Amino acid sequence: MIAEAGLAALWLAAALALLQLVLAGLGLWMSRTSVRPELVEGSSFSSSVEQKNGASTSSARTGGGGSALTEEKAATAAQLIAGVRPVAIVQGLLAALSFVLLILLFIRSDMSVVLVAQNSHSAKPLMYKIAGAWGNHEGSMLLWVTVLAIAGGAIAIIERRLNEATLVATMAAQAAIALGFYAFLLIASNPFARLNPAAPEGAGLNPLLQDPGLAFHPPTLYFGYVGLSVAFSFAVGALVMRDVGPAFARAMRPWVLGAWIFLTIGITAGSYWAYYELGWGGWWFWDPVENASLMPWLAATALLHSVTVLATRDGLRSWTIMLAVVAFSMSMIGTFLVRSGILTSVHAFAVDPSRGSFILALLILYIGGALVLFGWRIGSVKQGSTFELVSREGGLIFNNLLLSVILGIVLIGTLYPIVAQAMGTQLSVGPPFFNKTTAPIALLLMLGMAVGPMIRWRRDEGKELIGRMTAPIGVALAGLVAVFVIAPDTAILPLLGLGFAFGLAVASVAPLWKRNLRRTPLFTYGMVVAHLGVAVSVAGMASEAAFTQEKLVAVRVGQVTEVGPYSVVLEGIRPAIGPNWSALEGRLRVQRGEATPFTMRPQSRFFSAPPTVTSEAAIETVFDGQLYTVLGQPDGEGRWQLRLWWKPFVTLIWLGGMLIGLGGLLSLIGRVVRERRIPIRMAAA
Amino acid sequence: MKAKHQRLLLAGLGLVAVMGASGLALSALQDEAAFFYAPADVAGKPPPVGRAVRLGGMVAAGSIKPQPDGVSINFVVTDGKATVPVRFSGIAPDLFKEDSGVVAEGMFQPDGSFTATNLLAKHDERYMPPEMAGKMAAAETLEP
Repeated sequence: MIAEAGLAALWLAAALALLQLVLAGLGLWMSRTSVRPELVEGSSFSSSVEQKNGASTSSARTGGGGSALTEEKAATAAQLIAGVRPVAIVQGLLAALSFVLLILLFIRSDMSVVLVAQNSHSAKPLMYKIAGAWGNHEGSMLLWVTVLAIAGGAIAIIERRLNEATLVATMAAQAAIALGFYAFLLIASNPFARLNPAAPEGAGLNPLLQDPGLAFHPPTLYFGYVGLSVAFSFAVGALVMRDVGPAFARAMRPWVLGAWIFLTIGITAGSYWAYYELGWGGWWFWDPVENASLMPWLAATALLHSVTVLATRDGLRSWTIMLAVVAFSMSMIGTFLVRSGILTSVHAFAVDPSRGSFILALLILYIGGALVLFGWRIGSVKQGSTFELVSREGGLIFNNLLLSVILGIVLIGTLYPIVAQAMGTQLSVGPPFFNKTTAPIALLLMLGMAVGPMIRWRRDEGKELIGRMTAPIGVALAGLVAVFVIAPDTAILPLLGLGFAFGLAVASVAPLWKRNLRRTPLFTYGMVVAHLGVAVSVAGMASEAAFTQEKLVAVRVGQVTEVGPYSVVLEGIRPAIGPNWSALEGRLRVQRGEATPFTMRPQSRFFSAPPTVTSEAAIETVFDGQLYTVLGQPDGEGRWQLRLWWKPFVTLIWLGGMLIGLGGLLSLIGRVVRERRIPIRMAAA
Repeated sequence: MKAKHQRLLLAGLGLVAVMGASGLALSALQDEAAFFYAPADVAGKPPPVGRAVRLGGMVAAGSIKPQPDGVSINFVVTDGKATVPVRFSGIAPDLFKEDSGVVAEGMFQPDGSFTATNLLAKHDERYMPPEMAGKMAAAETLEP
C-alpha cells in the first residue's frame, strides 16, 4: 500500500502544481485587465528602490479604477492570487510525503517494488538503504522535484517583502518547472512501479556508492541545482512583471547564495570522494559528470556577484537576469548530461536514451521559453545606475566576464564530443584541453579577486588602488622567488599558482585592515573567508601538481620501498571481513625519518551483491600532506603490487573548498540578519 | 561616460571575451582533443606518435600477459576487425578483464603498439563505453 500511497501523493502534488500555475496565471491576467493602463505604468510596473505592499497597491488601483465590473474582476483576481500560497505549501508537503514513502519502502526492503529490487538489498546497512532511495535515476528525480516543491512552499511562507504580483509570477514559473518534472516522473520513470512477482532478493547497490561521502553527495548537488531553479523562477517572475530592481535582487540573493553553498560543498565532497574512493590518487578528472556540476557553480558564482551589484547599486539589471537564466540552464544541462546516457563517463550510471530525450525536451522548453521571454521583455527593463569602469562594479564585471569565459570553455569542451559524435566522429576531450585553456584564465580571475574588494563602489582612482595593492603584490613576488629557490624544477603553472595563491591570501584579508572588527558586517567576513578559501585551494592544487611523488612497485613481504619522506615495508597480507564484503588487507609499516612507525591497511574488497572488487586506499593525513597507499594484485610469484603517493599539502584543496562554502554561509546569515533588520528600522523611523 | 556608451562598451567587452573564449577553446581543441580510436581506425591511418589519445575496444581473450616487473601487463585490444598490442604499467582497475570493454589512455609508439598510462573500465559490470557500443555493433553487422 505504501507504494500506491506514494504514487497518489505524487499525482496530487502534480495536480496542485497545475492548479498553482492556473491560479497564478489567471489571477495575474485578470488583475492586469482590470486596471487602467495609465495606472499600470504609474504604480505597479515602475521599479523604485523602496518596498511596495502588494495589497495597498491593488486597492489604490481599484479605487482609481472606476466601474463596478472592474472592481468585481479585481476582487476575483485577488481571491485567485490569495490561493497561490496555500496551494504551493500543500504541494510541497505532498511531494515530501511521496519522497518519505519511497524512503520507507527502501528501509523495509520491499522487493515488490521494481526500484527497490533493482537498487537495494536486505543485507545492506540502514544508512545505505536510505541513501539507496536517491542513489538511482527515479529516486533522484523524485528528490529533485521534492526539493523544488518544498522550496516553493518555503517561498510562499517566508517571502513577504517582494511585490505580491512579482511573487505570484515567480510561483507560477516554479509550478511550470515542477510540472515538467512531475510529468517526467509519472510518465517516463515512476519510482513506485510494482514488480510482480516480487523479487526474492534485491540486486544491491553498486559498492562504490556505498560510502558516506557518496550517499550524501547527490542530494547536496541537487539542493544546489534546485536553488538555481528558484533563482530562475524569480528572474522569470521579475521579467513577466517588469519588476527588475534591487528589491527583486534582494529576494533572489539568498536562494543564489544557498544554491552556491550547496554546489560548493557538493563539488568539494565529490572531488574528495573520487580521490580516496577510486584509488587513482587524482582529485579532478574533467569528467563530463564533474563538469556538469562545475558549470552551474561557475554560473552561480557569476550570478552571486552580479546580483550583489543589482541589490546594492541597482546596476547590471539585464545581465543579472541573463545569468539567472544561464545558471538554471546549466543545472538542466547537468541533469541532462548525467541522466541521458550519452556520455562516456566513469560516473554516468543511468543509461536510458528515451529519458534523455524527455529531459532534453524539458530543457529546450524551459530555457528556450526563458530566452524568448528575455528577448521580448529585456528592452523594457530600464537602465540601472551608472558607474565608472574603475570601480567595484567594474571589478565585478571583470569577474563575471572571466567566469563566463571559463564556463564557455568548459561547456564547449563537454559538449563538443557529443556534437562530434552526432556528426559521426568519435572523440573525447580530456584533461590536457581543460587544463591548458582554463588555468591561465583562472590565474587572471585570481588577480581580479585580489583587486576587486579593494576598489570603491561607483568610482575610484587607479593610482590609489595600486598603492593598496603593494602588500599583496610583494607577497606574491616573494612567494614566487621562494618556491623557485627551493624547487627550481617547478613547472610554470604550479609556480604561478603558488605565487598568486600567496598574494591572494594577503589581498583577501586586506579588506579587514584598519577596520573595527566587531562592527564589520558578517557578509564582509563571508567574502574574506570565501576568497581566502580560493587562495588555500589553489595553493593545494599547485602543490599537488608540482611536488607529488609516486611509486609503483611489486614487493615481497618484508621488502622496503621509499616514497617522499617515508619508508614503507609490507609486513603481511591477511583476510578481513565487513558487513557485506570480504577483503584482502595489506599491513604496511610506515616510518618517516626517525619518528615512531605506524601501520596502514589498504584493502582489496570483494562484494557479493553485485559481485564487484574495489580498492580501499589507506590514506595517512599529516600536517604537510598525505601518504596515499593502494594495494594491487598478487603477481603469482609472491609479490604484491603497491602504489604509493606522497602528496604535499594536498588537503588544502578541500580545506579551501570548505572555507569557500563557509564564507558563503557567513554571507547568507549576514544578509538575512541585516535584511530582517532594515524594515524594522524603517518602520521605527 | 554616458550610460549608453558604457552599455555599448560593456557589450563590446563581453563580445570580445566570448569570442576570445571560443577561439581559445577551438584552437586548443585542435591540439588537445584526445581523439578516440578503435583498433580498426588505427589500422588505416595511425595517429601521430606522441599525442595523447584514447584507445577503446575489447580486451582479447587470453591476451593479458603479466610482465616480470610485477606491475606491468601486456594485452591486446580488439574491435573484431583489427587489434592493437597495449602495454600498461600500474594497478589495473578491478573491472579490467578479458573479453570486456576497456578504454586505454596513452600514446601510440612508432611500431604501432600503444603505451597506456591509464585504463578506464566502468563502475558497472554491464558497462560498455557508448563509442564502443556503436563500433562493436557496426563491426558485427559488417561481418558475414
